[in-house]
Amino acid sequence: MTKLTLGPVAYHWSADMRRDFYARIADEAPIDDVYLGEVICSKRAPFQDHDLPATIERLQRAGKTVVISTLAEVMLKRERTATSDLAQMDSAEIEVNNAAGLYARGQRPHRVGPFMNAYNEATIAWMAGQGATHICLPPELPAPSIAIAAQTAQALGLGVEVQVFGRVSLAVSARCYHARAHGRSKDNCQFVCENDPDGMPLRTRDDAPILRVNGIQTQSESYLSLLPETTPLAADGVSHLRLMPQMVDMVAVAGLFRAVLDQHLPLTEAEHRLKTLCPDTGFSNGFYHGQAGYRRIANALTA
Amino acid sequence: MTLAELICPAGTPAALRTAVEAGADAVYCGFQNATNARNFPGLNFTPDELAEAVAHAHRHGTKVLLALNTYPPAGKFDLWRDAADLGARLGVDAMIVADMGVADYIARHHPQMRLHLSVQAAASSPEAIRYYCEHFGVKRVVLPRILTIPEIRQIRTEIPCEIETFIFGNHGLMVEGRCSLTNYLTGQSTNMDGVCSPASDVEYIRSADGSMASRLAGFTIDTFGPQEMAGYPTICKGRYIAPSQPDGYYAFEEPVSLNLSRLLPELIDAGVHAFKIEGRQRSKSYVRNVVRAFRQAVDDIRAGRHANMADLIALTEGQKQTQGAFETKKWR
Repeated sequence: MTKLTLGPVAYHWSADMRRDFYARIADEAPIDDVYLGEVICSKRAPFQDHDLPATIERLQRAGKTVVISTLAEVMLKRERTATSDLAQMDSAEIEVNNAAGLYARGQRPHRVGPFMNAYNEATIAWMAGQGATHICLPPELPAPSIAIAAQTAQALGLGVEVQVFGRVSLAVSARCYHARAHGRSKDNCQFVCENDPDGMPLRTRDDAPILRVNGIQTQSESYLSLLPETTPLAADGVSHLRLMPQMVDMVAVAGLFRAVLDQHLPLTEAEHRLKTLCPDTGFSNGFYHGQAGYRRIANALTA
Repeated sequence: MTLAELICPAGTPAALRTAVEAGADAVYCGFQNATNARNFPGLNFTPDELAEAVAHAHRHGTKVLLALNTYPPAGKFDLWRDAADLGARLGVDAMIVADMGVADYIARHHPQMRLHLSVQAAASSPEAIRYYCEHFGVKRVVLPRILTIPEIRQIRTEIPCEIETFIFGNHGLMVEGRCSLTNYLTGQSTNMDGVCSPASDVEYIRSADGSMASRLAGFTIDTFGPQEMAGYPTICKGRYIAPSQPDGYYAFEEPVSLNLSRLLPELIDAGVHAFKIEGRQRSKSYVRNVVRAFRQAVDDIRAGRHANMADLIALTEGQKQTQGAFETKKWR
């Protein structure tokens, strides 16, 4: 059965927000695996450390598999240390997002995160030989490549995951663009990113929404939604579908994806409800269909 | 002191001959397809052209590095495999790779081939670099343009391979190999197709008042007053509106180019083995001027003479230039 996962929160949510969020996920969301940990900014990580053990325990008690994700960008001493410390852990499942993490993890089992650029059969086979048990594909991979990558992963006994909801990570940098927008540098950012729990909107100079800034990360303005594509994804052998946390009712979002996967809800009705849950944001699925990522391609299934 | 090789761009056979003549220690180039990160119309080499180029370069004691530095999407790996086989047959001196599958293929099937790790692999820590050295036998890493000189000096002591850094040319701010901005707006991928803000999607729209909008795939990347010179619409160098910046600002980076000529002596002292000049898309005369000037400066420094940096600095005169991350970490 295709599993639903909840990706790591990309934003700098306050400790209170996270506590409430994960309590609801634990109690109410039809989600199988939950990824925790700071992936974007090493300066934010200390704010989560205190609550992390309790959150893990809470989610596990609710029957969820908990996976700790590592940083996407590893350069500074504190980032190198954080990555290698996580990679040394034997207890938890770990998702690696940087080659520094792969190096520290060695042959011990691990998941490969979406920042690791597992684009093709040869890379997936290489990673499987190095202890990978599960691969999250890059979000820009089009459907025919997803199908081939999923077959490869399946044949090697690996789980294979694709993001199906939420803003897409389009770029990361060593520079903090949140700090830059406020005339600061990364070292004296004063955590201004906390004010934008769904990302900081960028518009073109003729006023069209285009991108979102989240610290060192640049995201899509639109939410990716592959709700109509869940059935073909599952048929192609994708074992896990990832929902990225946004500032919407994620329990309800997860419910809709589960209902469509289980054929408990007609797709048109599910799409209508998803739109109602995300009234302020457009949807896109262009990458999946081999087109510009921001595009929304109407699916034959909904016609 | 290390050798401080000069690695020069060769977008075309003519540019390659120019770079060889101007004193390049090595040139880098690619095939006319998605296997390299400058898959632009009118650039790159046919197999016959590369064969000729290798012969020409080797006659002059110049090495040829083949860029195979994009990420093959599943189902298309054969194109990269064939390019690697062909490059090996034509006798290139090294291959510049980013994808682990491609690196693994070359390491297994062409074990004698020297591998360089492309900046597209984004290996920015000693651990990440060691991963590629230990598994694929990588002999040189091209460092991302995000490290300060003290950081480079430190990394040098912690890795078993040579270091190459960019010294001149385009200054990208996004972590290379992790950027899908172009694909998001145009449907062509930097990682999978070797395309960045493609010219085919560019439009300049003039308004009645004389102002100009430069657009990519229908999105306005920047606007310019009647007196301003309109810049190319590269997504990460555009001006956008944020809640705290209602008039528009360079959200990512200003349209500057990298010029590290002032820091050249310090970089050589830090143990950098090779300096890369960006610009396979540039003209022959640009390649000639830049390569000559850097050749002279590197030779002067190596001989203990005072290098005349004025010529190098003049190369970007009239344009904004930056030393980027290399001088200070405040830019982050």
